[in-house]
Amino acid sequence: MKTSRLLQRELMGISAVWWREFKVFWREKSRIVSSIVQPLIWLFLFGSGIGASLSVENVHYRDYIYPGILTMSVIFGSVFFGLYIVWDRKLDVLKSVLVAPVARISIFFGKVLGGCTDVLLQVIILFAFSFLFPAVDLRGIPQALLILLVTSVALVSLGLALGSLLESLEGFQVISAFLVFPLFFLSGALFPLDERLPSWLTGLVKINPLSYTVDGVRGALLGMNKYPYIMDLGILLLFAAAMLIVGSILFSRMK
Amino acid sequence: MAVIETRSLTKTFGKIEAVRGIDLSIEQGEIFGLLGPNGAGKTTTIGMLCTIIRPTSGRGIIAGFDIASSPTQVRRNVGIVFQDPTLDTILTGRENLQLHARLYGIPAGVRALWIDEMLSLVDLKDRADDLTRTYSGGMRRRLELARGLLHRPAVLFLDEPTLGLDPQTRARVWEYIRKTAQKENTTVVLTTHYMEEAQQMCGRVGIMDHGKIIALDTPQNMIDSLGGDIVAIRAASPPLDRIRSLPEVSGVQVTDGVMEVTMKSAHLHLAALLGLIPEVRSVEMRKPTLNDVFIKLTGRDIREDDAARGESWVETIARHQQRGK
Repeated sequence: MKTSRLLQRELMGISAVWWREFKVFWREKSRIVSSIVQPLIWLFLFGSGIGASLSVENVHYRDYIYPGILTMSVIFGSVFFGLYIVWDRKLDVLKSVLVAPVARISIFFGKVLGGCTDVLLQVIILFAFSFLFPAVDLRGIPQALLILLVTSVALVSLGLALGSLLESLEGFQVISAFLVFPLFFLSGALFPLDERLPSWLTGLVKINPLSYTVDGVRGALLGMNKYPYIMDLGILLLFAAAMLIVGSILFSRMK
Repeated sequence: MAVIETRSLTKTFGKIEAVRGIDLSIEQGEIFGLLGPNGAGKTTTIGMLCTIIRPTSGRGIIAGFDIASSPTQVRRNVGIVFQDPTLDTILTGRENLQLHARLYGIPAGVRALWIDEMLSLVDLKDRADDLTRTYSGGMRRRLELARGLLHRPAVLFLDEPTLGLDPQTRARVWEYIRKTAQKENTTVVLTTHYMEEAQQMCGRVGIMDHGKIIALDTPQNMIDSLGGDIVAIRAASPPLDRIRSLPEVSGVQVTDGVMEVTMKSAHLHLAALLGLIPEVRSVEMRKPTLNDVFIKLTGRDIREDDAARGESWVETIARHQQRGK
């Protein structure tokens, strides 16, 4: 009986943090708008431009990168959501939460849930535009969503892990340049993984877990996957589990 | 039984002994002040009592729970108002309290009611649904006070609750502290640099210096221990020996032509004192303050400008850790 009461309190704590993140997300409308507009710019300005002279396996380039751009939204949204705790700590917003009678790990899980909710809502809004991409099979959306959700869990955890290590906001630029952009470009979001790629690039793409996000979503929406769906999902689940463990440890140690 | 009980509570950061064995016993409903200059160990002491800082040795019991072995229960029983504002400025006043209520496991059934009660207690009901970033400094403090008391803790810790506020706002915040604490007979432990305020607010005070409590009593007893009021007299040639022989006089000191006589109930015996002195040029009588007590105990002054650059928990810890290296 006692443990169930304890568990109930922790669940309440998790939902408290989750609720806060959702409130903040909903309040900052400009952030939502820009997080939707940016991928659309990629798709229509970049995708249509390149697509005028390029298609991949007879799929228009703009449609071809649709799964990649969804992945991009998840990468940027998730990692930066996690990193945002540096700012929260600077403003002491987190302090009153951290002294509450709730385990650190619950606060961490609340944050992860909050971040994933934000990111998935953005993704769902982007799915609403999918009718503009003729090659996209709408029936694949649930499968794609699952892949993106697992990816988001992993990357929000990664962001929180880095955020608990960083002392100042200056680290943002470094992480952006050395981690977030490489992760994105090496995921095959913008190009197909075929024999024409230089081998060093193929190698890097293969060890990037996010390549399996792009592959899974591409398979679900366009049927253009290199690996079976279950393999993509399995790799991402492992990645998410690892990041959850690392993130919760670092978050618990955070001063 | 005491609500707060500590035995040789100690914290060292590396080689630095921030708190060196504190024994305290604070009863329910007391308003207790911890006074002392920066670096005296006040903030570290409070930090240990609300389980933010792990003690190096010694014991602390709050509301029956051990701070080292049952931190979660202790946390549930204490409220904290930090030195620096910690409100979520992107949330409204009410939402800040809602977040707190959920974190502290206040049942959904009474949540709205308790929140409304606290909001009206600190007179923020009409601004409750505005974002807290639009609040003034005094309003933020009041909301933090409401938040600290929302889960009805046995003990409320206030670390420099009036730091950085203007004098009028300060007076009002104290009023609110008194009013809200009385409501549930909450024990209040506070730190402050403002000696007059501590004197007015606190039932008992502990004076800290170099990590130790060097005096612990009611403000009145502490002041009385100085031997009475202080009468400063300028006179041509005061008969020092005859003045010293007055039974009420406990001390006479002459500095720069001003004679400072310490005497009991000066307002009753002033005439007798002045009758002994032929040519009085000026007389000034003042009640000693806790600051005089501090000066007597340490030979130093608790400066107010010290308070102005008051540091946060994080800075205190960081400073100690750095020194410890």
